[in-house]
Amino acid sequence: MIQVLHLKKMYGNKTAVDDLSFNVEKNQIYGFLGPNGAGKSTTMNIITGCLSATEGTVSIGGYDIFEEPFKAKSLIGYLPEQPPLYMDMTVKEYLSFVAEAKKIKRVSIPSAVDSVMKKTSLLNVQNRLIKNLSKGYKQRVGIAGAILGNPPVVILDEPTVGLDPKQIIEIRSLIRSLKENHTVILSSHILAEVNEVCDRILIISGGKLIADDTPENLTSKLANGSELNVSVRADISTVKSVMDDLQSTVSSKPLTVTFNSTDEISSFTIPFQDEDNTLKGHDIRDDIFNAFSKKNISILEMNLKKATLEQVFLELTSASGEEWEVITDESHF
Amino acid sequence: MKAIFKRELTSYFNNMTGYIFTAFTVFIIGIYVMYYCLKNGYPYFEYVVSNVEFFYLMTIPVLTMKVVAEDKKQRTDQLLYSLPLSMKQIVLGKFFAMAVVLFLPVIELLILPPILNIYGDIALGTAYSSIFAYYMLGLALTAIGLFISSLTDNQLAAASITFVIVLASYLMTGLSSYIPGDSFSSYISFAVIILLACIVIWFMTKSKAASLIIFGVAEACLLLFYAIKKTAFEGLIHKVISGISLFDKADNFFNGIFDLTGVVYFLSVIVLFIFLTIQSMEKRRWS
Repeated sequence: MIQVLHLKKMYGNKTAVDDLSFNVEKNQIYGFLGPNGAGKSTTMNIITGCLSATEGTVSIGGYDIFEEPFKAKSLIGYLPEQPPLYMDMTVKEYLSFVAEAKKIKRVSIPSAVDSVMKKTSLLNVQNRLIKNLSKGYKQRVGIAGAILGNPPVVILDEPTVGLDPKQIIEIRSLIRSLKENHTVILSSHILAEVNEVCDRILIISGGKLIADDTPENLTSKLANGSELNVSVRADISTVKSVMDDLQSTVSSKPLTVTFNSTDEISSFTIPFQDEDNTLKGHDIRDDIFNAFSKKNISILEMNLKKATLEQVFLELTSASGEEWEVITDESHF
Repeated sequence: MKAIFKRELTSYFNNMTGYIFTAFTVFIIGIYVMYYCLKNGYPYFEYVVSNVEFFYLMTIPVLTMKVVAEDKKQRTDQLLYSLPLSMKQIVLGKFFAMAVVLFLPVIELLILPPILNIYGDIALGTAYSSIFAYYMLGLALTAIGLFISSLTDNQLAAASITFVIVLASYLMTGLSSYIPGDSFSSYISFAVIILLACIVIWFMTKSKAASLIIFGVAEACLLLFYAIKKTAFEGLIHKVISGISLFDKADNFFNGIFDLTGVVYFLSVIVLFIFLTIQSMEKRRWS
């Protein structure tokens, strides 16, 4: 649906987007991630025709955004980072203006405006001036403007910024419902949101594409961050001896065990690799359980913390030279 | 274009600008009609028009300052760019909206001559051609203001610069008589004008090389021309200044001449500045 090829954008001498290429398939939700200044908004502005590119091409549904801008733009609904609202208009007036500018037929404008207001729950503020609305409502007016006229491609730059939790849930479900007949690209700082909503994730950093995959694949491929947290009622030396036995009999790989002691409870963390520990026929969790139960030590808690998108994001973006630091306060033995 | 036009036009009446502009101009027209036509009994409606013209100095900057600058400030330009509209449609929509606002007080001017004609003998031809010139002058100044507004996102700056330019254009002919008319002074004046123009180009393009080349070539041509035909420079600066002065062109109409070259000149200025506005807005997408 969207094809971006060797896109490059220079601001003076600064390269904002550097040789970016990706494809966006139909009826999927794409999450666009990257640290601040990675070139997310620039890329979105270029795709929507708001900015020109220094090099490269963007085609929307087969139309080149630079060669046939009208046809390409009529396929897109765009919500920029700051919703582009005319403060002196009411919600209904504004949406009617956008509808007319999008060349929706005159007779169907009222129904089109009504239907987007219903979708974004704006009906009760439709006759209020936009400047008097709260940030969340303004954001929703922006989203309503973007999805007006059912464009096949909807591009949303940080759509849930400034919304309260209830509104965030509403907007997320709205975005999910768009999937049926729209292709959606959204950028967000909230990784949980991207993880929840998106079918595919594009991570860019320093203007370059560094990942293009499904959230599941990304987290499992880069699952170095998975950890097994175990709490047992025993002192440190007992735990050490049990774990030492475990290492010699069960796994050839030495396990780094980090360890905290409070009262009589010891807890430790084992780096947990899915392929190492479960796929080869046995699960290290069974071994740990058996080892401790043999010694009559009760396991109070055993919890597998899967790698989150945050970790994947940090890993990927720090690998490409960004300044990110993971802080741990655990001591190792 | 129609959507932009409608939105711009309503925006003038969603806040005070449109009302204040219309009320102020109508009030000024009233004062001059009372003074010239009612109190002193002059049958010359063009006196009214030529005096009202002066107030473009105040009204044009107010009318044009927000037209593009506010879009940039509020980031609504991103909406306009992402809609399936061409830059030409956007700029023309905005210009025509201003043209309509500008026309509202003109309606009063159009109604007055026949009414006054009941009580005396008004030269209707001169009256109406003056009103026509008044409106055309307004459109030309509006186009200039539109262009200035597209250069900045600061409305106050846009209004100030537009004011200075309209003022300069108003005073230009009068001030130019202080420049000596001999050929060497004309040459120096043109050289200074080229220098100023190149400084403006440098500021706008941020390209030292391009502005230096233009400066060099233009000064060389000027020098060459001066060396070949010195006599042609005699009084040339005065001719050029009165030739490009918009207010001078309108004066011909007020003196009872329907000056076709004036009409062409007004139209050229309008088209030129609309074109420049489109370019300046396109440039924003490229920077």
